Amino acid sequence: MIRAWLTQHGFVFFLTLKRLISTPVTSLLSIIVMGIALSLPAGIYVLMQNLQAISGQTADSPQMSLFLKLDTTQDSIEKVNQRLEENPQIQTVQFIPKDVALQQLQQSTGLTDITASLMRNPLPDAFVIHTQENSTEALEQLRTVIQSWPEIEHVQFDSAWIERLNALLDLARFAVLMLATLLSIAIIAIMFNTIRLQILTKRDEIEISKLIGATDSFIQRPFLYFGALQGLAGGATAWLIMALAIRTLNEELTTLAQLYRIDLQLQHLSSADSISLLLFSAWLGWLGARISVASHLWQIEPK
Amino acid sequence: MITFKNVSKRYPDGYVALNNVDLTVEPGEMVFLTGHSGAGKSTLLKLIAAIERPTSGTITISGQNIAQLKPSAIPYMRRKIGFIFQDHKLLFDRNVFDNVLLPLQISNFDNNTVAARVRAALDKVGLLKKEKAMPIALSGGERQRLCIARAVVHRPAILIADEPTGNLDVEYARDIMTMFTSFNQVGVTVLIATHDASLLEDTQHRILSLKQGKLAA
Ligand SMILES: Nc1ncnc2c1ncn2[C@@H]1O[C@H](COP(=O)(O)OP(=O)(O)O)[C@@H](O)[C@H]1O
Ligand SMILES: [Mg+2]
Repeated sequence: MIRAWLTQHGFVFFLTLKRLISTPVTSLLSIIVMGIALSLPAGIYVLMQNLQAISGQTADSPQMSLFLKLDTTQDSIEKVNQRLEENPQIQTVQFIPKDVALQQLQQSTGLTDITASLMRNPLPDAFVIHTQENSTEALEQLRTVIQSWPEIEHVQFDSAWIERLNALLDLARFAVLMLATLLSIAIIAIMFNTIRLQILTKRDEIEISKLIGATDSFIQRPFLYFGALQGLAGGATAWLIMALAIRTLNEELTTLAQLYRIDLQLQHLSSADSISLLLFSAWLGWLGARISVASHLWQIEPK
Repeated sequence: MITFKNVSKRYPDGYVALNNVDLTVEPGEMVFLTGHSGAGKSTLLKLIAAIERPTSGTITISGQNIAQLKPSAIPYMRRKIGFIFQDHKLLFDRNVFDNVLLPLQISNFDNNTVAARVRAALDKVGLLKKEKAMPIALSGGERQRLCIARAVVHRPAILIADEPTGNLDVEYARDIMTMFTSFNQVGVTVLIATHDASLLEDTQHRILSLKQGKLAA
């Protein structure tokens, strides 16, 4: 019984493959159209994942810089240090004396001549702290507290660009969802029409099969397989399009990375996401075929 | 095997093709259905295979009431019948072998035995050498025999033929009648509709005669 079922499905599977191959140009064109349609939302999703990975690295433990007043004494510095160390919201505390800051400035900018000609060091002593939490409210609160200390000239933290990035990511997520929805509907419509045409050309076969005892599921099966298989091929095409795009972009980024000494390489979809993409595209094809079959097959009643 | 009780069929346009028909065909019997063109022979056969539904009355096939069958049960009922259609209903995009294979694929037959079954059916109708031919390349008589092979390949208990000798020469027609007789001899219930009176001249089988939708005595 199970073997009969398996051979039956295997048979339909190969029949469907044969059908796909028997009209190579049409099949290829539909598959490419589906691949392009799918690669748009999936591509944005990939970019988003990569951006999120970058923002995640920095956003994990936000950094805050505290600049002390220029005339702060060694004693006051100690006190500030102690207060910072005792604060449970703060993870790490690093003191950067003004001499060190000046050295760093000289090294990083190459402005040795100018800084050397300065009468005295214009930079303040500073603390760099990493906080435990990274919610904007908690950071703002901490900033207000520290700002109120008499030794502190200015508190600066770099949450603004993270916020902007997160807002951008939210927007991108929404765009992906909207694009994916619209293009999914387009793919279902394409498949609906493809199957409608197939049903029309196979009218005789369907009618005769019904006459000699074919069940509805027997008649539907090849069309559903066709939809799923073509959907799967469309998903694989989308994956390949993205792989190609990522390779090209990464070559560009390598040049950029050498110029700016940053290491930035885009990653393709994770294997779980890749499988989801393939399953989803197969499901879309199947669904389009399913709707088409449901709305056209019943019209063919044998006489 | 086949029982009609007070069966009437009125087509949607109002035409009454069958009017209060009662009939019984016993298991293993061979019966002819005659009458002029338009008498309702095809309609009667279509009712048996549930291709048309009766307006009133009950039709029983091997104890099953056709009118009460759920749509999902109809395919399984049809598989018990081998039907030879007046207009052949062959698939012209596949060869002789694949045409005969279709009923086996539909009924989910075991892949290992289907080829042997197809060839056995083709052998019975004398088309074994033409299994690769396309239907378009066959003569009228050969096409008719192809229809018969397709109707019997899954070894149905009932064989129904609608004008199986339609446009054939007398000799071909006799060949085909001999085939039906041999199926009947191995126990198949056979029901043949024909307007061709010459076929019935020397038959010992029962003849039912339809006139304007009514069964004559
Ligand atoms: N689908 C249909 N709709 C309306 N009238 C039909 C239909 N099919 C057959 N008829 C009519 O029913 C009558 C009987 O037809 P049919 O059963 O084909 O007769 P036969 O096979 O004996 O020639 C004919 O007058 C025919 O015109
Ligand atoms: Mg007729």
